[in-house]
Amino acid sequence: MSDRVQTLTPQDVLARADELQRQLGGRFRDKIVESLYHEAEHIARRAVHHRTDRHWDLDQRIDRLVTSPIFGMPLMLLVLAAIFWVTIAGANYPSELLATGLFWFEARAVELFNAWGVPWWVTGFLWHGVYRSLAWVFSVMLPPMAIFFPLFTILEDLGYLPRVAFNLDWLFQKSGAHGKQALTMAMGFGCNAAGVIATRTIDSPRERLIAILTNNFVPCNGRFPTLIMLATIFVAAAFPPAFASLAAAGAVVAVVLLGVLFTLLVSWGLSRTILKGEASAFTLELPPYRRPSVMRILYTSLIDRTLFVLWRAIIVAAPAGAVIWILANISVGGTSLAQHTADLLNPQGVAIGLDGVILLAFVIAIPANEIVVPTILMMYLGTGMMIELEGFEQLRALLVDQHGWTLLTAVNLMLFSLLHNPCGTTIWTIWKETRSRKWTLVGALMPLGIGFLVTFLTATAVHAIGWI
Amino acid sequence: MKRVQPAMSACETCPAHTRLAQMGIDLAKYDRVVALAGNPNTGKSTVFNALTGLKQHTGNWPGKTVTRAEGGFEWGGIRYKLVDLPGTYSLLSASQDEEIARNFLLFGQPDCTIVVVDATALERNLNLVLQVLEITDKAVVCVNLMDEARRKGLEVDVRSLSRDLGVPAVPTVARTGEGLGDLIRALADVIEGEVRTSPRRPPPPPEVRHAVEELLHLANGLAPSLPNARWVAYRLLEGDHRVRQALLSGELAQLVDAQAAPSRRASRKIALEGAQ
Repeated sequence: MSDRVQTLTPQDVLARADELQRQLGGRFRDKIVESLYHEAEHIARRAVHHRTDRHWDLDQRIDRLVTSPIFGMPLMLLVLAAIFWVTIAGANYPSELLATGLFWFEARAVELFNAWGVPWWVTGFLWHGVYRSLAWVFSVMLPPMAIFFPLFTILEDLGYLPRVAFNLDWLFQKSGAHGKQALTMAMGFGCNAAGVIATRTIDSPRERLIAILTNNFVPCNGRFPTLIMLATIFVAAAFPPAFASLAAAGAVVAVVLLGVLFTLLVSWGLSRTILKGEASAFTLELPPYRRPSVMRILYTSLIDRTLFVLWRAIIVAAPAGAVIWILANISVGGTSLAQHTADLLNPQGVAIGLDGVILLAFVIAIPANEIVVPTILMMYLGTGMMIELEGFEQLRALLVDQHGWTLLTAVNLMLFSLLHNPCGTTIWTIWKETRSRKWTLVGALMPLGIGFLVTFLTATAVHAIGWI
Repeated sequence: MKRVQPAMSACETCPAHTRLAQMGIDLAKYDRVVALAGNPNTGKSTVFNALTGLKQHTGNWPGKTVTRAEGGFEWGGIRYKLVDLPGTYSLLSASQDEEIARNFLLFGQPDCTIVVVDATALERNLNLVLQVLEITDKAVVCVNLMDEARRKGLEVDVRSLSRDLGVPAVPTVARTGEGLGDLIRALADVIEGEVRTSPRRPPPPPEVRHAVEELLHLANGLAPSLPNARWVAYRLLEGDHRVRQALLSGELAQLVDAQAAPSRRASRKIALEGAQ
């Protein structure tokens, strides 16, 4: 007997385990779970006492409203629209103030440098290259972020986002995707890389992959400022002042909805082609509503989010600004290097309703989506004549009068910002999570392809009917 | 390292007057490893931040923490390393977050595990507690969100809970810091053996008892005195890949040796680094 135990090998134990597992069939886990539940119920009943019989529960009442089949969705859209409206209406003035102040400082500094006899290229490089790009990042991005992020964080802390996921769950089910993808998608609004990591909670590899590949279709915190700015200076301008910020908010909501639509469509397409399978069931817990703590909201939204996004923009924008200034001021055959590159990309850009400079900006902004608009501005400012910008009106004038932007350019830029390759961090995260070159490549190129297709179609349609 | 309150030098060594020193991510030297487990959205990250002084992003949002975060704190002259595990409802499924939590409890061999539970949903949360207690003897249950329970008219009898579970249960409100001192004290007591735990482990259901007992016997033959042999038997009957592999490679047997040997830190370090 003792000899038998001595010579027992791990292989023997595993073989016996397999045999027993077969004998038990699928019942084993169910039995264990059942006994656990029973035990937990027993212990909980002894430990928890209801002080009152009051079954009136405010949480439940609110939940019945916000997740109701009739009011749930409209309420969601209303909340979303309200947040963007407050952001857009509120950011306008501080943005102008910041821009005025920062560019006033630039002018004085340049005067000072000239008075000291500093060579023109040092002044240009420092103040028109690096400083100006930073000033734009600050004035265009900081105010919307400082308003949007606290509002977003309040929603998060209240516990509203899981309700959003609950409302959208059936749509994901229909798309053959996991219901939890509604949650990981909602997290993608914060940061796509975080959304991709959050897919770890999805246990089916097939559904997890769908969630990873489609996460980029919702705009992240790095892309919201771009959308908000474009909506403010182009969409709003097409409406009478009384409705301007409302229309701009509506445009951002439309872009977000489009992102959700693409998430669902692509999930549906994937689950019927290369990632075939049925959606699995799951339980979504609705957390209790909690009163958000003010200090934590301020910390999370201002330090974790606003400064984080801003810092990323700055560390990418400052060297990019320097490089762009150099490219713009080194001429080959009478044309600057920046112009040469932009010219090269121009045909493709024009075909999708944008231009070469914008496409180049998207290439430069691969490390961080935050700097698309600052890059475009730097290239326009660097290649054109140096004008001083003092707020949204002058910015609009620069884009429309000097560079021929139309409403189509703005709309397609918003679309392309929504539908293009994920940022470098997200691509890296996809690789880390899937450990597959193939899926990383799909995750990077599929949205880009869809982006080109969609903007090409809108541009062609608009040109065909001769609208613009 | 940041002292929360200035400690007087003479009192520093006296446990009654000791203060919590948050060490953030300064983990160069630590004496004890503590795992933090719990259902999603029970305030696990809030407990983690309160103890370590770190600012891990918290949110009202199940499934927010899917990676393993680590931080440290010092109390009573002992440096603790706190490992925040992903929030999970169980340790049974194959999803990656549950696997991370399970593997750490099994192979990371923490000195103690704090299971954070939601006082307003105790029954559901106890499922996880019971599963954790299958894996480890040394655990403390942190009954968090007591304020919400009070608001809802619920009274949680933590003494009954402690008795039934066989491990200390401490009521807390992590957001305000209420009860966290008691939590650390209970933690230290369990680790240093001041409090003897006898975790509640319900017998296997009759339909599967025979299979479990047979496998338990075999597993014991391979790795005698494995503290969680029954859990290992459960996992093997489930076909858990990681546990099968650990059995084949002899890793399970090593865990037992490591627990007996004085130099358990080294092997645990390997497990910690190898877990991800």
